[in-house]
Amino acid sequence: MLRSKRLIAVTSAASAALLIMAGVAATASSAASVPKVPMASTLGKGEGALNIVIWAGYAENGSNDKTADWVHPFEKATGCKVNAKVGNTSDEMVTLMKSGGYDGVSASGDATLRLIYGGVVAPVNTSLIPNYATVSSFLKNKGWNSVGGQMYGVPHGWGANVLAYNTSVVKPAPTSWGAVFDANSPYKGKITAYDSPIYIADAALYLMKTKPSLGIKNPYALDNTQFNAVVALLKTQKNIVGEYWSDASKSIQSFESKNTLLGTAWQYNVNVLTSDKKVKVGAIVPKEGSTGWSDTWMIAAKAAHPNCMYKWMNWIISPKVNAQVAEWFGESPSQTKSCSFTADKNFCTSYHATDAAYAKNIYYWTTPTSACLDGRTNVTCKDYAAWTQAWTTIKG
Amino acid sequence: MFWLVVAYLGSLATMFASAFWTVDSFTGNIVRHFNFGNFQILFTQSVYRVIAVRSLTVAVLVTLFDALIAIPIAFFMAKVLSQRLRNFAIVIIILPLWASYLVKTYAWRTMFSDGGVLVWLLKPFHINPPGYGLFATTLTLAYLWLPYMILPIYAGLERLPDSLLEASSDLGASAGKTFRQVIIPIIYPSIIAGSLFTFSLTLGDYIVVKIVGGKSQLMANVVYDNVGTAGNLPFAAAAALFPIATILGYLYFVRRSGALENF
Amino acid sequence: MKISRRAKIILGAFTGLVLVFIYLPLSVVVINSFNPSRTFSWPPTSLSTVWWTRVFHSDGVIPALLTSLKAGLGATIISVILGSCIAFAVARYDFFAKNTISLLVVLPIALPGIVTGIALNSAFNAVLQPLGIGLGLATVIIGHATFCIVIVYNNLLARLRRMGNSLEEASSDLGASTFQTFAYVTFPIIRSALVAGGLLAFALSFDEIVVTTFTSGASVQTLPQWIFNNLFRPNQAPIVNVVATMMLVAFILPVWLSQRLSEGSAVGSRL
Repeated sequence: MLRSKRLIAVTSAASAALLIMAGVAATASSAASVPKVPMASTLGKGEGALNIVIWAGYAENGSNDKTADWVHPFEKATGCKVNAKVGNTSDEMVTLMKSGGYDGVSASGDATLRLIYGGVVAPVNTSLIPNYATVSSFLKNKGWNSVGGQMYGVPHGWGANVLAYNTSVVKPAPTSWGAVFDANSPYKGKITAYDSPIYIADAALYLMKTKPSLGIKNPYALDNTQFNAVVALLKTQKNIVGEYWSDASKSIQSFESKNTLLGTAWQYNVNVLTSDKKVKVGAIVPKEGSTGWSDTWMIAAKAAHPNCMYKWMNWIISPKVNAQVAEWFGESPSQTKSCSFTADKNFCTSYHATDAAYAKNIYYWTTPTSACLDGRTNVTCKDYAAWTQAWTTIKG
Repeated sequence: MFWLVVAYLGSLATMFASAFWTVDSFTGNIVRHFNFGNFQILFTQSVYRVIAVRSLTVAVLVTLFDALIAIPIAFFMAKVLSQRLRNFAIVIIILPLWASYLVKTYAWRTMFSDGGVLVWLLKPFHINPPGYGLFATTLTLAYLWLPYMILPIYAGLERLPDSLLEASSDLGASAGKTFRQVIIPIIYPSIIAGSLFTFSLTLGDYIVVKIVGGKSQLMANVVYDNVGTAGNLPFAAAAALFPIATILGYLYFVRRSGALENF
Repeated sequence: MKISRRAKIILGAFTGLVLVFIYLPLSVVVINSFNPSRTFSWPPTSLSTVWWTRVFHSDGVIPALLTSLKAGLGATIISVILGSCIAFAVARYDFFAKNTISLLVVLPIALPGIVTGIALNSAFNAVLQPLGIGLGLATVIIGHATFCIVIVYNNLLARLRRMGNSLEEASSDLGASTFQTFAYVTFPIIRSALVAGGLLAFALSFDEIVVTTFTSGASVQTLPQWIFNNLFRPNQAPIVNVVATMMLVAFILPVWLSQRLSEGSAVGSRL
């Protein structure tokens, strides 16, 4: 589901279901401490096989499209036979990783932290991954992929949620997210919003920049007052929304049939629309900044084929392969050197792949927890379960 | 196999028991502390009542629509067409089942879009079809489940002896009376069988409304959102009790109506 | 009742209209399989076979199709056997917990797929994992069978209730053995209901996606999963239209044959 999995990617307390299922005693563990999992110090020969959990499109072997194949060359080069299991949701990925039998995973946002704190994945010795050196520095040692300066994976790719608009109808061109929150919008009924609780963060980001009195510091850390203000904004927005979208195909089709003129989208959608030439669609990161996502390849603590997994992590962020997978999937490559290998020479420019200033304006999807992510300790924040219930209320 | 059944029922039971538990908001773990919190939210927040009523309405409309279409068609197939044509008709009716649910739903999306096929077709009649929304959702769902209604009714009618119809008219019953008093009672179990599918498949579906529903949502979306993205299994389990209770209520109603001694 | 000519014409016209309703979206699918636009944009500006060539060069479809066929057949066989056993038991005998049993059969279809899926997933993990059996085709088949049983069961039960058991009694009074009664009396009567139930069960399994996600292992991908993965990745989303078109054509013959097979003898067809 391209990235609608990602709506799920931002799953919170995922293991809820899994915990009962696995019969794990649900004891309220005290504040997070990271289990000690040994890190590889040397690499040996490949073990001949590799079992990974992936988002659809991250490990193409040419079976969907002959030209999209970076698995067979990997197998040829390393002798590691790849078995890839597509996970549809972060929950599913976490269960699969916990069930064992997998060597690694392409984890998103919050799934990463759950895997780290659950002791399911091991720290990654980046010195064993030569291609890591040239990964965009603004993706290294971030909250979602490292703990205390120790990387727990290699960054795979990232993207922003942009404001897309039909340039021939929407005039003047919008510069602010205010365009999709304006109750008196002239485009009422032709506005779209992302169909997921995580979209609450988009509204929070807008209020964070336009209503400083609320004191929002991080769109994923909302206390009760802030949360209510954000939800109220989204309820007003519902009146001008024509439809919520959850998958890229839906969004693209809607722009093309002019059911939608304005609203949040992925760069990927905009590029497809542009190449189809039916409608003219522009896309900006408005002055408030944007929400976005970033994925990480992680290695299982009990990987049966650790050497193959290290080889895979190095392979997937190698300049050529990272370019291939980024183009196939529609996101920015993490590898700075990838930009000279993309089939579309403008790819990195249109995705702002190496633009640190652009990336700085992106607030990456993180799972809201009741312990405020912005460090406040005097209030509790709304967790993702609360966000989900609020989203139901907003849609009505 | 036996243990599998036990384990499956056990998992289901655990899941529904969890409707009375909560999720610890700090750790995200399930706290096995018996309480009615989830039900309290479901019953007191008006939004869930609205969604429940909406889901129920859609399910009933889909079922009625399918039954009203299916009865004449099944009758035509079973009583008018020759055996050869009958087989042909069945093939035509159930063939769409192999065209993939997702693909068909997307086809309806294309048709309902601005400037889509429906707009284009209805233009000469000066009808402006509604866009994405509940109407589109109901129609698409009715479309998807139609064969599940036609086939059981056809199977019921196929066995209806022609002699019975003749006897009825020989005894002076009008066609309408024969239909009401002979045919309907005989195919009643088949209609129930079919309606059980259209009704429950509709209540369990969350994808169609996402594709053609505009900004609407149904109860299954509540379940899906809570379990699929929020990991809030207790709340999802509580919400999932709605379709189950509805179906059970429906079965109870059918049994009470007396047409079936056990169902 | 002699069905009057007028009634026949009205019924026929109505049927024709409904067929238009049924085939209109399918013709959109077929036309869109020749639409070069990546986004199904309507109306097509030109026709092209680009997606058809894509499908023939895609290695993923055939294995996915085979998996789905195997899963569908397996689930259908299980549900025909179990579904008819339960239907017979419920229709012909009175026994303890009869209501509970019939309820349990109906339950899986009343549950949202995601609930069934998660419950099955944990059941498999609890029972099969210790035996060293991982998730795979077998678990998909079992998963599908849980909600396919009810289709066979429902169709058959409706038929059994309609026919009553006087014929079977007559048969045994006339000296037929249990087996003979079944083979010559019961089976011809229920055959078409069984085939109808089996067909619908197969169709439901062939098109299932939510439960499949939770019950399939790393190496198994069914056709709906393949379609799902491609539909929401607009690089080549239109190839799902091609596959749907191909399925429509491919299943004409099997469906027709199954109907021919279900055609009863003289006794069966016009009782």
